[in-house]
This record gives sequence, structure tokens and C-alpha cells, in this order.
Amino acid sequence: MTEPRRPKLAGFLWAVVRLREAGIGLFIIILVGLVTLRVPAFLSPDNLLDILLNISILAIVALAQTMVIITHGIDLSVSSMIGLAAMMVAFVVKQNPEMPALLALLLGMMLGAALGAFNGLIITYGKVPPLIATLGTLSIYRGLVFFYSGGTWINSFELPKSFKLLSKGTPLLLPNMVLLALLAALIVYYFLNHTRAGRDIYAVGSNPEAAQMSGIPKQRVLFLVYLLSGVACGLAAVLWASRFESAQTNTALGFELQTVAASVVGGVSISGGVGTVPGVILGALLLGIIQNALTIVRISPFWQLAAQGLLILIAVIVDHLVQQRAQREVQS
Amino acid sequence: MKQTPLAPAETQVTNLINEFAPRRSFLARFQRWEWMLVGLIVLVVLLNTQLSPYFLDALNLSRTSSDFMEMGLMMLPMVFIIITGNIDLSVASNLGMCASLMGWLFMQGVNIWVAAFAALLLGTLAGFFNGLLAARMKLPALVVTLGTYAFYRGVAYVLLGDQAARDYPEAFTYLGQGRLPGTLIPFSVALFIVLAAAFGLVLHRTTFGRYLYGIGNNENACIYSGVPVSRIKLIIFTLSGFMAALAGLILAARFGSTRPDIGNGLELSVITAAVLGGVDINGGVGSMVGACLSLLLIGLMRFGMGLLNIQGQVQGVVIGLLLILSILLPNGLVQLSGVKRLDRRSILAVLVVVILFALFFGFFFWSRAPVLIGG
Amino acid sequence: MKIPDDYILELKKITKRFSGVEVLHDVSFTLRSGEVHALLGENGAGKSTLVKVITGLHQPDGGEVYLNGKPVHFANPHDSRQAGIAAIYQELSLFPDLDVAENIFVGRQPTTTAGRVDWRKLYAEAERLLSSLGVHLDLKQKARHLSIAQQQMVEIARAISINARILIMDEPTSSLTLNEVADLFRLVRRLRQEGAAIIFISHRLEELYELADRVTVLRDGAYVDTRPLNEVSRDELIRLMVGRTISNLFPKQEVEVGEVALKVEHLSRAGSFHDVSFELRKGEILGMAGLVGAGRTNVARAIFGVEPPTGGQVFIAGQEVHITSPQQAIGYGLAYVPEDRQAHGLIPPMTITANISLPMLESYARRGWLQDALERSTVFAAARQMEVRASHLWQRARELSGGNQQKIVLAKWLLTRPRILILDEPTRGIDVGTKAAVHALMSKLAAEGIAILMISSELPEVLGMSDRVLVMREGRITAHFSRAEATQEKIISAATQAVGALS
Repeated sequence: MTEPRRPKLAGFLWAVVRLREAGIGLFIIILVGLVTLRVPAFLSPDNLLDILLNISILAIVALAQTMVIITHGIDLSVSSMIGLAAMMVAFVVKQNPEMPALLALLLGMMLGAALGAFNGLIITYGKVPPLIATLGTLSIYRGLVFFYSGGTWINSFELPKSFKLLSKGTPLLLPNMVLLALLAALIVYYFLNHTRAGRDIYAVGSNPEAAQMSGIPKQRVLFLVYLLSGVACGLAAVLWASRFESAQTNTALGFELQTVAASVVGGVSISGGVGTVPGVILGALLLGIIQNALTIVRISPFWQLAAQGLLILIAVIVDHLVQQRAQREVQS
Repeated sequence: MKQTPLAPAETQVTNLINEFAPRRSFLARFQRWEWMLVGLIVLVVLLNTQLSPYFLDALNLSRTSSDFMEMGLMMLPMVFIIITGNIDLSVASNLGMCASLMGWLFMQGVNIWVAAFAALLLGTLAGFFNGLLAARMKLPALVVTLGTYAFYRGVAYVLLGDQAARDYPEAFTYLGQGRLPGTLIPFSVALFIVLAAAFGLVLHRTTFGRYLYGIGNNENACIYSGVPVSRIKLIIFTLSGFMAALAGLILAARFGSTRPDIGNGLELSVITAAVLGGVDINGGVGSMVGACLSLLLIGLMRFGMGLLNIQGQVQGVVIGLLLILSILLPNGLVQLSGVKRLDRRSILAVLVVVILFALFFGFFFWSRAPVLIGG
Repeated sequence: MKIPDDYILELKKITKRFSGVEVLHDVSFTLRSGEVHALLGENGAGKSTLVKVITGLHQPDGGEVYLNGKPVHFANPHDSRQAGIAAIYQELSLFPDLDVAENIFVGRQPTTTAGRVDWRKLYAEAERLLSSLGVHLDLKQKARHLSIAQQQMVEIARAISINARILIMDEPTSSLTLNEVADLFRLVRRLRQEGAAIIFISHRLEELYELADRVTVLRDGAYVDTRPLNEVSRDELIRLMVGRTISNLFPKQEVEVGEVALKVEHLSRAGSFHDVSFELRKGEILGMAGLVGAGRTNVARAIFGVEPPTGGQVFIAGQEVHITSPQQAIGYGLAYVPEDRQAHGLIPPMTITANISLPMLESYARRGWLQDALERSTVFAAARQMEVRASHLWQRARELSGGNQQKIVLAKWLLTRPRILILDEPTRGIDVGTKAAVHALMSKLAAEGIAILMISSELPEVLGMSDRVLVMREGRITAHFSRAEATQEKIISAATQAVGALS
């Protein structure tokens, strides 16, 4: 009431920042603008495509991670699930080079489903806290990669061309994996916003006890999100092996934190109940752009990790300040 | 059992508190969890002595024990942090950053002790920074330390790139490789034991320790009771940073060199050790004795498996399973005792997963066979 | 012998044990359609457990539950909901991140034949439902931004949307403003008229007389009696409840008031209260009345340093102080017994000892090292003095009844030897017996020269205990009465006036 009116532009910016997705979008635009001023080639189609290729896998897994985080859980085992599924699929493909690539995709998803189901089982029926359960399977699944492969790798020349093209082929204008990521985003968006099961995920994350009292099968919802996380990892694993044309014992090592980072930067609340698909996609996009920009403006690749960490910190701090201010506005 | 005599009038008022009601004895307070760990340790020792004649070799034990001290040093403040219901994912990255700073300074010709001091300072500051964000700005510790996890490791790469710092003077490598004069006890082990005792006493015998439990169980009530909650959080995160730096020095001294990926992934081992030791990830519960026993258990198991030529990563399967089972089994027993939960639907769900998993492993071994033959 | 069909719900000889301890013993209860049936008893008498048996959260160890004359067994709250029983608990069970409309239909959103959630239908239904209740809410508002009263309305809407025939309300009015209570009662009466059966739990006897048809009294987990409310007097009810007569609920003695202990001038905090000034003298009990959300608790928190004020001055014993944390406040001789016992007053999983010693822990330690014997004897003396009922000092606070928990919170603050004591809803949700004890204690403390600021939403308590009464409304002080001037009507009008003027 007595508060002085903000200048128009500032008022507009504030309104944008308050909407989480718009805020990240704005940040991305500013970043892209700055980088393009420095290196105009940044906006070239080739480079943009490169960014999309780089974030497709991240986006797929981050979408699943988001559903897990909305239920107030976390899945740290994603990197090991990817590593294990990638190794197994690559071996099978190597043994059967004639196998249709699509079958490999299916196989990967089924393997991932089994791994995700195991996570789901111990979290729901075993009542092991998600952080602990997936911390455990993180090292179990990674150990199985070594056990499976005996420490050996699968190299590019051992894989058939059809398999390598699975991710990078462009029968439909854009590379397959970019289309797959887009498809995944659409499916998850529809699922979260327009199906009861999707709404149940929010309900369980928002108030678990009340969800149970409302007859929402809490255990089944939890099981489902970990299962889906496994399926997404299986899909990501096949794409990973195909894109990088190899399967190694350390495939995707440390990837779990990137997926959490994409979600958190995209506005998913670590305490559950909040998160949107556009937000996560923008979060993944931002991570990808930063990585690409650092390379393109010739900053040593050794800076990348530090920049990524800094970005997460900035995103979290800015979000916190914005939330605090919004809270104050609601009160007054 | 001694009962204080009560006046007749008072005995009428039932249930008023009796000051000298028997408190749980020391042994009873040595809770079930710790006993389970002791049992497991005995089991592992017996099994390993059967499996390998080298297990009980004093020199071997002495050598292997120092392998776990960096983990142990970081575990001590981690127990504090987890008891308050927080977490610090950045410890191993902080370790890497500090060790890298020391290595970089050393390569620039700085005296190793000055470099080590600078590393300790940096680690402490890094911990303080975590604390500032988590305690003063009240951001979730998981997210904050996830960010600094990437950032601190990134700084390590910025400092050293693809280089490795090496050729540390012998006086320095003593920290990681040396033994106490005249004994087989490694210096790092002795350091850990002293620090573990100190941390244990602080946790269980001081007001500071009591506050940690209080914060973990109900932070708001602590604030209302005048407990300096945010200062305490700041202290434990700073302490964690300092200990990570110390662990970094010891690890660098043990390796005799520093690469920027030094100690990668240790944070999860540290958390595993604490949780396996009975520290509740949700805060409020845990003991230093349990955490140290669990460190011992993990060390003995890894050592035993190493003697059997099992790869480090495959050992992770066993440790991971142990971590999950340690929580799953007690929970499972509770569930089984309350039979009502076992309706047909849950049995069906479990069955489906078991079949799915059987299929998975069937496929796992079937497809693996040619791998082994080929390899 | 009554016709069984007469009752929509009938409980016969219900027994429930927790780890061997019997908390319900042979309790019987009947409920008719179109009645409001009050359930009354001290804390720990077994009301909540009985409700949980009805809703299927707990299964009885003995006895039977009949619904419409047929025996039923509810395995979980969902079963009972399906059978038309809806409970509105003290802890509300909304989904803070979902909006109002979805909260009503959560778990059973209307879908199209393709299985898609039919959002348009959902909002239309929600709109229809709320307006049929005469409630106006923004359907797209997230539940976390609703007031407690609004949240209750949403819960009631949800109960009606599942065609609940039996509605259980567990202390629904404890955090409502007077206007909101009136709204709620209007709604309850309407539901009764439409044939719903309502089980109503409240500690406020006045409300029961206003609303309920019959009352069932429980004591120590056992059934005492069921009576029509218009045939039983207030004193009689209290006697049934506590098993003895309590002569004087509000035993405030006359005390000679001393010099000013606390003076607050133009105190403000942006967004919660504005320009609050008052004086509190030694030996005086200053009552603070007003609606929930009028800013009373915020003033207390500001003085105590939990949420420091953004403007104005605070003087303690004539000296200006700048308190920014509870530590400092305790140092100045302030103590604050908060409104929400579970969240701010206690650490429920910790022992009685650890709870009581918490604010003064440093004084039971030498250089930070705890002195066990000193801590134990001090705590024991304090618990004894407060007549805390527990088996031993190492019992966990969460295992105690509400009244005993409040005694622990009081003991913990009295050990700080406060000169100024702020009590925020000191008797909310505790049984009549403990209530009288708390009032006696307040009176005694005042007589010892302690200055007491008492925030209370219970008018009889405010009128009975206070030497002077302040009334707050929308973050400002709107009235100031001496003990002689204060009446129920004056306080209510000062607390609500502007609301009436605005609307």
C-alpha cells in the first residue's frame, strides 16, 4: 500500500523472474546473447545441433529424476544403471551385429526396468530411505559392470554401424536421440499433468500421509517413479553407447549429480511436491549451453566443472532470494 | 535395585517421576546396532583368517589400515552433520581441491609446509562457505553441497589440469606413509584414533553434542530454546571442511603425488560408513562408536576381499549390499511381525520384482558367458 | 432394547492396546443420522484413539464396529472413507502444493473415457461444491497459501464430495477466529439438517452447548456416560470428565503490581504487525486477546528475538534492548512458551531430561562438559514441582500426554528463572485438570513478582486471568481494558470491528 511503485521495466523483470521457467529462460537468453557477441558462430545451426545432441541424454534422465524428486526422493544410482545397461547392451550387440537397433533400444529399457524395479522394491517394501537405497545400488550396479565385463571395454570398431546410427541418424530431419528426448518430454508432460497417476506423484510428494488417507497407493506410486527412472536410464544407456560408440567400465560415472543439478536448476524442489517438465528441460538446456559456451569461447575444459558447480550455486541462491521476496509479498 | 523410600502421601500420587529410577546401564546403552556390528566384525575376521593366511599378518594389517584413514577423518565431522539432519556431499571434492592447491603451490616452489598450511586454510574456508549457505541462508544442505561438490572439484582441475604434483619431501610423506617410531602403527591411524576419541567425547559428553542431537530432532524447538543453531551448523560445516583438507594432505602424502581427481567418489564411502554405523540419515540418532565400528568393518571386509583378488569396484557390490541390508533387514523383520501388511497385492508385487530380477540375472550370466570366453 | 437400525454407527465394547497398555477399555458409542454428537474427555482419555479406530487407522483388539447395523472392519482410512466416513483431523491433511480444486478431488479426479484428467469438469465441480457450501475461494490458489479456516472448508468440501454420511471433526475450532467459528457452525448445522451424522471433539464446553445434541464422556480410556446435552450442566460435565469437581477454573489472586518490567513502544514488523505499544508490570498478568492471525504471536516472537522487529523500541526494566535472537532474550530474563508445543516447544523424540535442561544447558556444564548429576537433580526438582507424570526422567517426551508435555515446557522455562514470561495459548488442547494447574501456577508466579504476558484465544481464560487486557486486530492494538472494564462483548467487538466495517 505504502510501498513505492517500481519502475515499469523492473516491475516487468520481477514478474518474469517470479515465474521460475521464465526466469531460467531469461538467463539463457542473456547468456546466449553475451556468448554470441563474443563468438558469432555460437548461433550456427551446427553448434546448436551439437548442444541439443549433448543434452538429449541428460534431459531424458533428468525428466525421470524429476519425477523421483517430486515424490521427495532421489535416485543416485542412475549413473550406474546407465553404465551397467550400456555395457550389457553393447556386449549383446557386439555378439549379434545383425540385431535390429530398435531391439537393442528395447533390451536396454528392459534391463533398466529390472534395475529400477529393484530400487523401487527396497525403497517401498523395504522402507529403506531413497538416499541410502540408491547410494547402495550406485556401488552395487557399478560393481556389476566390472563383474560383467571383467574390466574390459567395448570399442567403436566392435559395434555395427546400424547401432552407432541409432542415436545420430537423421531420418526425420533432427537426430534420432534429440527426437527421442523431445518425445520423452512430451510423454512425461502429459503423464504428470493429465493423468491421475501423474497427479498422484505430486500428491505423494506434497503430503505423503494425506495421500495415503485419500486412497492413493503411495507405495505403488513410489515404485513406479523408481521403475520409470530405471527405464529412462536403460534408454539413455543405449543412446550413450551408440553416441560415444563404446561401453566402458566408467561410462556415465558421476552423471547422477548432473541429473540432479538439471532438475534443481530447473526449479524442482528437493523437498518434494514441486517441479515442471518445461523447467527441467530448460535446466538441462542451460547446463548444456554453459558447457558448449565454455568450449566455444576457448576457456580451458578444466574450467567446465567449476563453472557447472558455480551455476548450480547461483541458481539455488537466486531462487532462494526470489522465493523469499515473493513470500514477503504474499504476506503484505 | 535401590528404591528411595517414598512418603505415604506421595505414593498415592501414582506415576510421579522417581529421580533414581534405574537408568539404562552402560552396556544396554551400547545399543543393539553396535553389537550387530561387533558380531559382523568377528564374523569377517573369522572368515578371512580361514580364507587367507595373510589376513592376520601384522605388517599387512598395518599397511591396509592407513588406506581407510582419509575416509575415517572425513567421517568424523560427517557424523555430526548427519546427526543434525544435514549432509555434506562436497567433502571429497574439497579434499581434492585442497590437495591440488598444495601440489600446485609446491610445484611453484613454495615450501611444502607452507603449502600444506594454505591447503588447510582453503579447506576450512570452503567448509565455512558451505556453512554460510546452509546455515545462514538456510538453503538445503544437499543442494548447496551438490553445487560445491562440482565447484571444488572443478577448482582442483583448474589448478592442476592434467598435471600431477609429485616428489614431495620425505618429511611430508611421513604423514601418509610413516609409522610411529618403534611400532607398526601408522601415523595416520594414530592421528585418527586421537581425533575419533575427541569427536566422540564432544558428541556424547558436551553441551555441543547435545545440541547436535537436539537440532536433528527438532531444529525449531532448539531455536526457541536459545540454542545458537545457525552458529552450530556453521561450526560443523567448517569443521568438515578442515577435516577434508587434513584428509587431503594425508592422502597426498600416502600417494606421494597429487592429481586433480584425487579422492574422487570418497564422499559416498564416507556417508556409507556413517549410515552403516547406525547414524540415521534423517538426523537425530547415531553414535561415534557405531560409526567407527562400521569403518573398521568396511576396512576389514575390503582388505579381506583384496586378499582374494576381488577388484575394488566389485567389492563395492558387497559394501552396497551391506548398506542396504543393514536397514532392510531390521525393517523387514518389523514388517513380518506385523503380518497384516502382507496382503495379496504386495506379495504379487514382490513376486513380480523377483521374477524380473531372476530374468535379469539369467540374462546377465547368459550374455556374460561369451564375454568370459572371449576375454 | 433399541432398534439397531436406529444408529448409523455403533461401537460395542471397543478395546485397544498399545504395546500391552490398554488405552481403550470396553468403550461403546452410538451415532444417529442428523445429530451432532460431542466426544468429551481430558487429554489422554482416548478420544483420538477412538476416532482412529472408527476411521480404520487403528484396528481394535476387542469389540465390534457396526455401520448401518452391519459389522465392518476397516483396514485403513481409505476403507472407511469409501464407506462414507470422513475425518478432519487437527493436523490438516491437504496437499500444500496442489490447488484448491484439485485438493478436493485428489486421488479421484474426474477423467475422460480416454483416462485423461478432465480439468474443466474438475474446476466446474469444485466451483459448484464450494458455492453450495457458501464458501468463496480462489480455485487455483495453492493450499499452502490458505488460512487454517479456509483449509478446513476445503476439507469439508472434500468430505461432502465423497458423500460422507459421517463426519468426524477433531478440535476443528482450536485455531479459528470467532467469525470463522460462526461460519463453521453454520455449515455443521446445515449438514446436520441434511441428515449427516457428526462427531465433534472440542475442549471448549461453550461450543458444545451451542452446537451438539448429545455428549459421550470418556475418562482414562473408559466409557463414562452418554447424555443429551440439554440435560446436563456444565459442572456436571466437568465432574464426569475429571471424576472430581473443580471448584475454580480461573483462580487469579489479587497481586500488588510493581514497576514496569517490559515496555514496548511503536514496535513494528513489516507484513505482520504495526505500531504496537504497551507496558507490562511486575506481578501483573497482561492478557492479549484477538483473532488468530491478528499478529499477537508475531509480537511475542519479535520481542523474544525469533523474528526481530523492523521498527520501534523495547525496554526491559527501563533499559532499551535490541534483541535479535532467543539467546539474548533469555539473557534478559525473558521466557516464551510457544503456541505450537510439538513444533516449537518440545523435542518430542528426546528425553524429559534433555527437554527440560535445554535452554540452560550451559549452566549444567563445566567448560562445555556436561555434569550429569547436576543436570539430573535440577531437572528432577523442576519436574517434581510441576507434578509431571512419567515413569522416569529418561522417558521420551513424545510418549507423554498433551498436559504433561505442557508441564515439561513450563518446567523448562521456569528453570531459566524468567522475570518476564510470555505464554502463548498456554492451555490450548490440554485437559481440564492440567488447565487448572497451569492457571494456579500463573497466579503463583505473578504473586512472586514475575511479569506475565498471556496470549489466549479463549475469552473466559482472558477474562478470568488477566489484570489488564489488550486486544489486537490486523496487526494493531485496538483496545485496552482494565480487569473491571473487560467484558466478552467489548473484547469481541474490538477484535472484529474493522472486519465488519470493511465488509
